[in-house]
Amino acid sequence: MSPIPLNPDPVIVANHVGKAFSNKTVLTDISLTVHKAETFGLLGPSGSGKTTLVKLLTGIDEVSSGEITVLGNVMPKLSVFQQIGYMAQSDALYTELSAQENLELFAALYGLKGARRSARILEVMELVSLHNDLNKRVDQYSGGMKRRLSLAIALLHDPPLLILDEPTVGIDPLLRQSIWNELKALNAKGTTILLTTHVMDEASKCDRLGMIRDGRLLAVNTPQSLIEEAGQSSIEEAFIYYGGEQS
Amino acid sequence: MRVWAIILRILRQFRRDKRTLALIFIAPIFVLTLMNFVFNGSDYKPNLGVVDAPIALTQEMEKEGARIIEYANLDEAELGLDERSIDAIISTETDTGQLQIKLEGSEPAVNKAVQMLIQKSGEKLRPASSTPSMNVTYWHGSENMSSIDQLGPILIGFFIFFFVFLIAGVSFLRERTTGTLERLLSTPLKRWELVVGYVGGFGIFTVIQALLISWFCIKVLGIMMTGSFAYVILITLLMSITALTLGTLLSAYANNELQMIQFIPLIIVPQLFLSGLFPLDTLPEWLQKFKVIMPLTYGTEALSDIMIRGKGWDAISINVCILIGFTVLFMLLNIAALRKHRKI
Repeated sequence: MSPIPLNPDPVIVANHVGKAFSNKTVLTDISLTVHKAETFGLLGPSGSGKTTLVKLLTGIDEVSSGEITVLGNVMPKLSVFQQIGYMAQSDALYTELSAQENLELFAALYGLKGARRSARILEVMELVSLHNDLNKRVDQYSGGMKRRLSLAIALLHDPPLLILDEPTVGIDPLLRQSIWNELKALNAKGTTILLTTHVMDEASKCDRLGMIRDGRLLAVNTPQSLIEEAGQSSIEEAFIYYGGEQS
Repeated sequence: MRVWAIILRILRQFRRDKRTLALIFIAPIFVLTLMNFVFNGSDYKPNLGVVDAPIALTQEMEKEGARIIEYANLDEAELGLDERSIDAIISTETDTGQLQIKLEGSEPAVNKAVQMLIQKSGEKLRPASSTPSMNVTYWHGSENMSSIDQLGPILIGFFIFFFVFLIAGVSFLRERTTGTLERLLSTPLKRWELVVGYVGGFGIFTVIQALLISWFCIKVLGIMMTGSFAYVILITLLMSITALTLGTLLSAYANNELQMIQFIPLIIVPQLFLSGLFPLDTLPEWLQKFKVIMPLTYGTEALSDIMIRGKGWDAISINVCILIGFTVLFMLLNIAALRKHRKI
């Protein structure tokens, strides 16, 4: 990855964010900034608090302490929801409905109408190579196809910020490659992307990475710098290094 | 616009889900038809064992419809009683000449039928002058009114309430367990839009359901109906929307489908018992008071007023208001309960 010059425009600013569910602390003192048009990866094992952080960033959940600002608004704020394309970790799809009907539902929720709606539905479905399965019922989709449909729905209203929770799980390598190319193309168009992953080699494709474990942000930097600073040879080793340093 | 998107989605989902459609439309009709057979059956004709009873009496009893089996002695007759081939033994005590009746006794309804029949037969044997003749007229109902006529309004209300509660509750619950609720709440959809969308989407089905079930019970099953059909539709519709909003509200407190089912003995069955299916006057007073908070009570009360007593708007207006009140209350509580999933 060639280092990409960072755009100073902050899209997401998390300021000393903490989250606790009835005495159980899930996130502790998370501070990070995501800039415009970059791909920011949250890397961490399952149970590290990635999804909780994502829910705070999307505004579905509220912080217990600290503050999150997205696109200049303190979250949660309903008007910002329109600016975010969200892909949940579980494929939240209506399996009795066809892909087209799922897309139409979310198009309506985001206020897409008429010709633009039809055009966008075709566009995003081509992007995830599902345009031939548009009228198939979702319960006939494979796991990977559902994942891609979820991604298509997140892209549907062409949001300036994409928040993707484990977007490429169960997608075959060839298609994963093409999805990454698309995400990079979106970056080039100015779309900011925040995604979570627990796959180390995928993490190296992000412009910047935040390593998260046990609800703490261990380190934030470009993948290359993280490896170099730790004096290791791979992201995985770097993760172990930073994790060990903290505990 | 967003409300309509939710409504459209529910309609499309239902169109695909034939089993749930059947549960909404066919199941209540099936159960009500069964109930009709059970409660509308002709009077039970008892089998009577006779040992040395007066001939005139046995003849009269046969005329009343009893099947008479003669036994040579009491022991044989008691054997018959034990095998349940007869419901009672009628004999004459040798010393006093008094009539002795021994009932099998394990079924109150049969006991009553036997006693009624013997009483009737006895009355006919007595000279007519000894009892003054009576002329009975009916303020409501008629002498042809059977149990199903009395229970019909209650059962119509109950089954509509029950099935809609269950289906709406489970649908809303699945929205949560499959993650689609979270997904919906990550869009600019407002919480009230979701709740109203649900009421709208299911509401369309419950209108059809209310029409179908009311029509079926009154026109096909012939359940007694003296009032206005439009009022029956109004009340059944209000009941199903109350059930719908209650079901979606309570689904917030269930973690899976089984826990939703667990609400049935807690929420649904007590309503059935206190809604007029059985006379309430014999219940302890503190228990009777519970019916005040039960939506089913107001629905079945209004349905009975319309169908049996032929009453109009004056009699049901309060019930209509209370049912609407329950619906609005449950919707507001549901909108508040959704705060658990998204704060704004």
